[in-house]
Amino acid sequence: MALLEVSDLRTSFTTVDGVMPAVDGVSFSLDTGKTLGIVGESGCGKSVTSLSIMRLVPNPPGKITHGTIMFDGHDLLKKSEVEMRKVRGNEIAMIFQEPMTSLNPVFTIGQQIGEAITLHQKLSSREALAKSIEMLKLVGIPSPEKRVKEYPHQMSGGMRQRVMIAMALSCHPKLLIADEPTTALDVTIQAQILELMNDLQDRLGTAIMLITHDLGVVAETADDVAVMYAGKIVEQCEADELFKSPCHPYTIGLMNSIPKIGSGARRLQVIDGVVPNPYQMPKGCRFHPRCDWAQDACRESQPELVDIGGGHLVRCWRAGEVLA
Amino acid sequence: MERYILKRVLSVIPVLLVVAVVVFALIHLTAGDPAGIMLGDNATPEDIARLRAELGLDRPLITQFWIWFRNLLRGDLGDSIFLHRPVLQAIIERAEPTLMLTAMSLLVAVLIGVPTGVISAVKRNTWVDRLFLTTGLLGASIPSFWLGLGLIYVFAVNLAKLPSAGYQPIADGVWGCLRYLILPSLALGFPNSALITRITRSSMLDVLDQDYVRVARAKGLSVNKVVLKHALRNALVPILTVVGLTFATLMGGAVVTETVFNIPGVGRLVVQSVTRRDYPVIQGIVLVIASLYVFINLVVDVLYTVVDPRIKY
Repeated sequence: MALLEVSDLRTSFTTVDGVMPAVDGVSFSLDTGKTLGIVGESGCGKSVTSLSIMRLVPNPPGKITHGTIMFDGHDLLKKSEVEMRKVRGNEIAMIFQEPMTSLNPVFTIGQQIGEAITLHQKLSSREALAKSIEMLKLVGIPSPEKRVKEYPHQMSGGMRQRVMIAMALSCHPKLLIADEPTTALDVTIQAQILELMNDLQDRLGTAIMLITHDLGVVAETADDVAVMYAGKIVEQCEADELFKSPCHPYTIGLMNSIPKIGSGARRLQVIDGVVPNPYQMPKGCRFHPRCDWAQDACRESQPELVDIGGGHLVRCWRAGEVLA
Repeated sequence: MERYILKRVLSVIPVLLVVAVVVFALIHLTAGDPAGIMLGDNATPEDIARLRAELGLDRPLITQFWIWFRNLLRGDLGDSIFLHRPVLQAIIERAEPTLMLTAMSLLVAVLIGVPTGVISAVKRNTWVDRLFLTTGLLGASIPSFWLGLGLIYVFAVNLAKLPSAGYQPIADGVWGCLRYLILPSLALGFPNSALITRITRSSMLDVLDQDYVRVARAKGLSVNKVVLKHALRNALVPILTVVGLTFATLMGGAVVTETVFNIPGVGRLVVQSVTRRDYPVIQGIVLVIASLYVFINLVVDVLYTVVDPRIKY
């Protein structure tokens, strides 16, 4: 059985403009020790998916309306708030996009790492401090004994993201959700952080759910990929397969928009149009207004996610055809 | 840290100098001859001349200031014309009730203001939030003398649970002293809690949207712990500022409250001295209150660095 199995998850936000289905029937699973990449533009629902798993969707206005999230044999959506607190930070940990603002400026690094340790592992504050130093060493922070007493503003962005990872892994979670962990970092630091995450995964066996808009990051780290568009998964398969033969027009568009050295192209290829207004989703396939291959069927009704062979799932009326 | 505190302490000196000059000028800014005003309409020219000599008003202004300032440095604020005692002694005798009243009122204002502000922020845009904000607005709109009279009417007259007026020194028993202070400090503290509520609310709203609050939730902390530990600590700087400012407002408000509740404090002394035109006492009190205000702000500035490690000067 998979460690995490999300099925038909629906999360919507109710605002003055109406009900916005941010996540609309998303299903996927993730095995221990594997990495699942979730890719999509901003606003496609990937962050809301991760917050739904943590049960941290701000309510109101957000609400999980449907689905199950089976984690380690239990449905997280059936757990009480008190039970959920034992899962958060302990069995499922999360790191966020902005390392500069994700650490509390008024507490030391040691206090912040130690907080989850004392909470979940019932260690004394001295043991927690020793553990914090050990974690800082694990994520490659030099002179951790000194750093543990420092405040976040005394560290660089890359260092802070390492601290965030140390904090997230301090209780040896089974699942790590990384929401755009490298987006706010310099390219050189990005590579270091990804390498660190891969390395720690090999050592600790943590499953990683990696949320990103960067296909390059996915290529480097993920075993499986789910591509999301407007609240739905449009393509899902193994990472190698996705890069070898992308089938959904949106995925193809994303791939084509990556600049290639030596291609000689003067301009970047882009996907025309914009993400649809979530309050007024287009009829039929949600991608059809931006799709070069759209037909009448695409404008009429929504395609289902179908297996086109070998577990390669695509949500497209023309999935069987060779489009690219 | 030590350097910062030293720097702040030194920067207080010019401020106090300005205060001293303004307080000195007080007596000279009044229209006409201060000696004549102090003695009233029935004074003879000889009396006025004698008082002028006594107060040194017949000397050049700069000499007057120099003498006044030299005495000030020695802690000599001059003598009261009416009480025939050193001003400083008169103030010290009256200081306890005023300090107790101000401290208790500040406590009331903070104990009402901070919790309601925090709850309002956490329950933003719900009926609880609106209730606290409306009650706060109502409290801020009620003059404290009116609230004082209302409290006397309900608790002292009708229920007869608390004394309606007066004061008992703390040396004669803590509870006895507090009994006399409950109504006046409610009357003075409640209207002043509204500003603290509003500042706490807006400061908390800023902080609650921060990423580190979400991170703290993701660690498995309860909402209460996240709010009280991670959020409130970060929201504290603006709250501290407004609490410091409230202290000054309360010192001013003590004048009215002491009159309503017949408390023999500095506030009453200042009212009496104004009606008696006892200038040296008025000067002394203004000087002491202004210095206290400067001191409170100094304490607030130093507390900033304790609360927020990023603040370095």
